[in-house]
Amino acid sequence: MITKTLAELSAGLNAGDFSSVELTQYFLDRISKYDGDLNSFITVTEEQALSGAKNADEQIAAGSAGVLTGIPIAYKDLFCTDGIRTTCASKMLDNFIAPYNATAVEKLTEAGMPMLGKTNMDEFAMGSSNENSYYGAVKNPWDLERVPGGSSGGSAAAVCAKLAPVALGTDTGGSIRQPASLTGITGIKPTYGRVSRFGMIAYASSLDQGGVFGASAEDCALVLGAMSGFDSKDSTSVDRDVPDFSANLNDSLQGLKIGVPKEFLGEGLDSNIAKVIEEALDEYKKLGAEIVEISLPNTHLAIPSYYVIAPAEASSNLSRFDGVRYGYRCDDPKDLTDMYMRSRGEGFGTEVKRRIMTGTYALSAGYYDAYYLKAQKIRRLISNDFKQAFEQVDVIMGPVSPETAFKIGEKTDDPISMYLADIYTLSLNLAGLPGMSIPAGEVNNMPVGLQIIGNYFEEGKMLNIAHQYQQVTDYHKRTPIQFGGEK
Amino acid sequence: MSLSPEEVKKIAYLARLSIQEENIEQYSQDLSSIFGLVEQMNAAATDAIEPMAHPQDAMQRLRDDVVTETNQREKLLANAPLKEDGLFLVPKVLD
Repeated sequence: MITKTLAELSAGLNAGDFSSVELTQYFLDRISKYDGDLNSFITVTEEQALSGAKNADEQIAAGSAGVLTGIPIAYKDLFCTDGIRTTCASKMLDNFIAPYNATAVEKLTEAGMPMLGKTNMDEFAMGSSNENSYYGAVKNPWDLERVPGGSSGGSAAAVCAKLAPVALGTDTGGSIRQPASLTGITGIKPTYGRVSRFGMIAYASSLDQGGVFGASAEDCALVLGAMSGFDSKDSTSVDRDVPDFSANLNDSLQGLKIGVPKEFLGEGLDSNIAKVIEEALDEYKKLGAEIVEISLPNTHLAIPSYYVIAPAEASSNLSRFDGVRYGYRCDDPKDLTDMYMRSRGEGFGTEVKRRIMTGTYALSAGYYDAYYLKAQKIRRLISNDFKQAFEQVDVIMGPVSPETAFKIGEKTDDPISMYLADIYTLSLNLAGLPGMSIPAGEVNNMPVGLQIIGNYFEEGKMLNIAHQYQQVTDYHKRTPIQFGGEK
Repeated sequence: MSLSPEEVKKIAYLARLSIQEENIEQYSQDLSSIFGLVEQMNAAATDAIEPMAHPQDAMQRLRDDVVTETNQREKLLANAPLKEDGLFLVPKVLD
């Protein structure tokens, strides 16, 4: 069961080889067997999973099923799920019951996908290791002493260990691509505006974008297609048709021009990872592609500008947590200010407080022009770099992360070193471009991802490019032995 | 760039975050390092550059000013830490 693609699972369901209730129970059993080791779920929604599966079986019997009907899914715990605890991995929202569904959840529920549960993450999506969770760190299925990456680390670990066939994540600065890379699975962050942000608890609104983790590009294409599209409830949703992302998976890559930014292969990149990337590019040459060196000269400015824009937006977004309408409230507040300060001081973890204070300072009187406005101007420089690059090439490739998964606890005392590891992922969010990570090899038995960066709204082409690679390689088929794989 | 413990306390108050006294020094070091990193922006020439707020430079959409939400008072109140008679309760504000 764990080696089947979504299309094969769908075929099995429609042929009556197994029911959705059986399939869903199979994954629930795997979660109860393995998640004690991984800590990838915050809440397992067994009841909703099985009732969703029962509905799916009825649809299949009635002949009204779609391709995703009956296939279970897990959601990062910042997607609001009606009537179900939605915590953002924060003490602040430990008892929060979402009063509605996020649009992405609503669409996938309508498509017939039963919900297995809500996955662990860095608190409020702030982090690159999944160590910043009120519910404890998530473990990397390839080595339980190592991090799975973050912030969508629970979704990545769950898909890697086959506790869910697919899962949703969000990506504000790399939070889908980096954990996909560190766990050896496929993850895609679409163009900003492609997937509705409604019901996704906000971190940095001009950067946040929902996306998918799966075993392959082919699987991701199906789920991304079903969750994308214009939504009037999201003021930055883009009103644009969603093509069939599966339609062009088999297109030839003959003549494809791949740009490789020289800034992505220089200083700071582990030479073993550079070798994996070069081998992947060689594979693309065999598929008929041409490799072109390009330059994204403002890459070095991505980290400083991101760490102004994201915390500034976060300080504004997270001001809603005031201990009045929902969330944690401190004991015995002596007045209103004391209630605000202690509810927030006690309810938020260290990294969240660090980013709120960074943003508050950057936006405080007299500093707006020097920080936020300056960062927004640099954002345009970075975006212009990509515009010029896409005049020369069809797609851009490079590493996702300068290193493989590190040991849990290794970087907790040095938050800045963790920020620096986002160098290859942040610039896409600043520009709003789509990006993905596909497994391309290993260094010391830990997975390495290849990043594929597409032009705006070219998710279909990226998935085609990823799928062609996955037809001639088997990195995406590997599962750790202790979770039932052969390697 | 260095942020003093006094400045950190001021920022924490602006953000309405209570910070334990023994952690102030650490936040002061961390924020100083973050703004040290941020200051790399100063090297970039941006005088003639238009700031970018939205990746596709889209304008904010407007909709007709009509009621679209249904009344979900009880459901929304259910998450409140303290409530009474359909109202959110907060500590006394006026004497």
